Amino acid sequence: MATYEKILLKNMEQPGYTGSLSDYEGTGGYRALRTVLKDMQPDQVIEVVKKSGLRGRGGAGFPTGVKWGFIPKGHPGPKYLCCNADESEPGTFKDRQLMERDPHQMLEGMAITCFAIGAQTAYIYIRGEFRLGAKILEQALREAYAAGYLGDNILGSGLTINIYVHLGAGAYICGEETALLESLEGKRGMPRFKPPFPATHGLYQNPTVVNNVETMANIPHIINRGGEWFASIGSPPKSCGTRVFCLSGHVKRPGNYEAPMGITFRELIYDLGGGMRSDKPLKAFIPGGASAPFLTPDHLDVKMDFESVALAGSMLGSGGVTVMEEGTNMVWAALRLMEFFYHESCGKCTPCREGTSWLVQTLQRIWNKRGRPEDIGVLDELCGNIPGRTVCAFGDAAVSPIVSTLHHWRGEYEALIREAQETMPRNKEIPVFTH
Amino acid sequence: MLLERFKKEVDDILSRYPVKRSALLPLLNLAQREKGFVSESAMQEIANILNLTPAQVFETVTFYTMFNLKPIGKFHLQVCKSLMCALVGSDDVVVWIQKKLGIAQGQTTADNLFTLSVVECLGSCGTGPMMQVNDDYYEQLSEEKVGRVLDDLKRDGTCSLKTGPFMYPQPLVK
Ligand SMILES: Cc1cc2nc3c(=O)[nH]c(=O)nc-3n(C[C@H](O)[C@H](O)[C@H](O)COP(=O)(O)O)c2cc1C
Ligand code: SF4
Ligand code: FES
Repeated sequence: MATYEKILLKNMEQPGYTGSLSDYEGTGGYRALRTVLKDMQPDQVIEVVKKSGLRGRGGAGFPTGVKWGFIPKGHPGPKYLCCNADESEPGTFKDRQLMERDPHQMLEGMAITCFAIGAQTAYIYIRGEFRLGAKILEQALREAYAAGYLGDNILGSGLTINIYVHLGAGAYICGEETALLESLEGKRGMPRFKPPFPATHGLYQNPTVVNNVETMANIPHIINRGGEWFASIGSPPKSCGTRVFCLSGHVKRPGNYEAPMGITFRELIYDLGGGMRSDKPLKAFIPGGASAPFLTPDHLDVKMDFESVALAGSMLGSGGVTVMEEGTNMVWAALRLMEFFYHESCGKCTPCREGTSWLVQTLQRIWNKRGRPEDIGVLDELCGNIPGRTVCAFGDAAVSPIVSTLHHWRGEYEALIREAQETMPRNKEIPVFTH
Repeated sequence: MLLERFKKEVDDILSRYPVKRSALLPLLNLAQREKGFVSESAMQEIANILNLTPAQVFETVTFYTMFNLKPIGKFHLQVCKSLMCALVGSDDVVVWIQKKLGIAQGQTTADNLFTLSVVECLGSCGTGPMMQVNDDYYEQLSEEKVGRVLDDLKRDGTCSLKTGPFMYPQPLVK
């Protein structure tokens, strides 16, 4: 089995590593922040990150250096950094580990980012359920302040950088960057229409960068070892560096595996994850969190980089890979995810709010063997009318479980409906199930 | 009253934001931590602190699933039922709890100790099935483990099976 040099999980996998400040410093921690403050200009930092090819790890994969470059230079008011630690995409659990096991890695990345974009204040928006993570981050922040890495006049540079932890309260949509900003402003977490983008009109209508936890954790390493080094890892030029892939479902060894982008799904599932947990063969997998369309065993040799997964008809998204064995009913699987999307729709757009509710009811009906022959057409039509008609990308994501399972396993829908037709008394009203 | 009991925390929270309303979720969290739910008087008080109308506070509270508007049991059992946990048996966990405590989803035991909720993904999909009890996660649940957690909580108010700083899989010790 191939072994890979780890970047983000390297420290935490050392025996005895606790993630305390002294442990982190012992591995060279905060050296990058010193370098940046002493020897670099903000523009140079942005250049290095652009050169590294780092793309956001939150889901959309936008080039990080380019995003930072959008922050207007002469803005008279404050600028902000928000670290997106909302991690709620089903199938994703890497940020939790990065925060709880090596909090200073991401804090150092945040401090460097603040320097690069000229922000004095940063917030870590962490999902409300991650109490332990929030506690660990608060403790790490106290250490960093006491050591002079944060606060006023950091490391004698004259710069001020403050970082605060902000707990959410249970709403998946607050992971969407503009909903995150609304929530941070103390309102309902409903996405804003874009443009304008957060880079110019973000938190309190000031220029703001929103970056994922894993994105932030990469920054110190890029500064220490250079943009070229990072750009040589993975599948350059478009998918550079490693990803922490989250493996779940019917595999022997689920968990977080860091590997360069461009390994295949087969390597992740069979080499790293030990293969299927029972002797049943693989039936389906989701390659990048609940928002990513399902793929089949035919796609096992697809490379795990942004472009290859997109070509296969899905997306690498958050890096959460969920494996399903033969025998898993795909209508049931789609229904479980659809219930999630129905529950989490923020309700701002009619197609998303009403569409997800309708989709759940239709799927429930089919799954409960009360389906009607025309129900598949209903699903097709609904799924065609939500994407592209909503304020945020949630609408596109919400239909992907149904669209992709209908595409690959339409027969399972038809079989359930056929069964319903055979067992249901004719000419009788068919009850509609509601939530 | 929050202001009297948590003066220092409230001041600390307010000092973090240039715009007062940003302190709304942190203050609601504080109120819920005190009583297990957000009462009307707490919302009123928070509205006063932040110069908001009670309606502004209420419209925000109701958006977020973690805020309880009614009292709940001392231990809030929240079982994840999203797909990844469902693949590895989360529906069984719900049944085990129902069987052991005799309550259905959304109900509280007569002794006011346990409330059972079924929720969406909690970010521990690789170590499912799992549940959150108040601030703590319990993962890779089996029927026996669930039994022990419930017994321990009832007897001691705490349980050593909760997850610490998360890492999975654990690195192999060479
Ligand atoms: C519905 C929805 C949910 C999202 N949830 C998250 C999330 O939980 N965590 C995250 O980092 N990004 C999430 N994103 C992506 C963010 O909007 C944003 O692109 C990201 O935080 C930017 O950081 P990055 O460039 O470092 O990836 C979500 C996007 C959408 C549309
Ligand atoms: S698409 Fe859905 S989640 Fe996004 S803004 Fe519209 S209603 Fe809200
Ligand atoms: S699916 Fe249960 S924790 Fe994510």
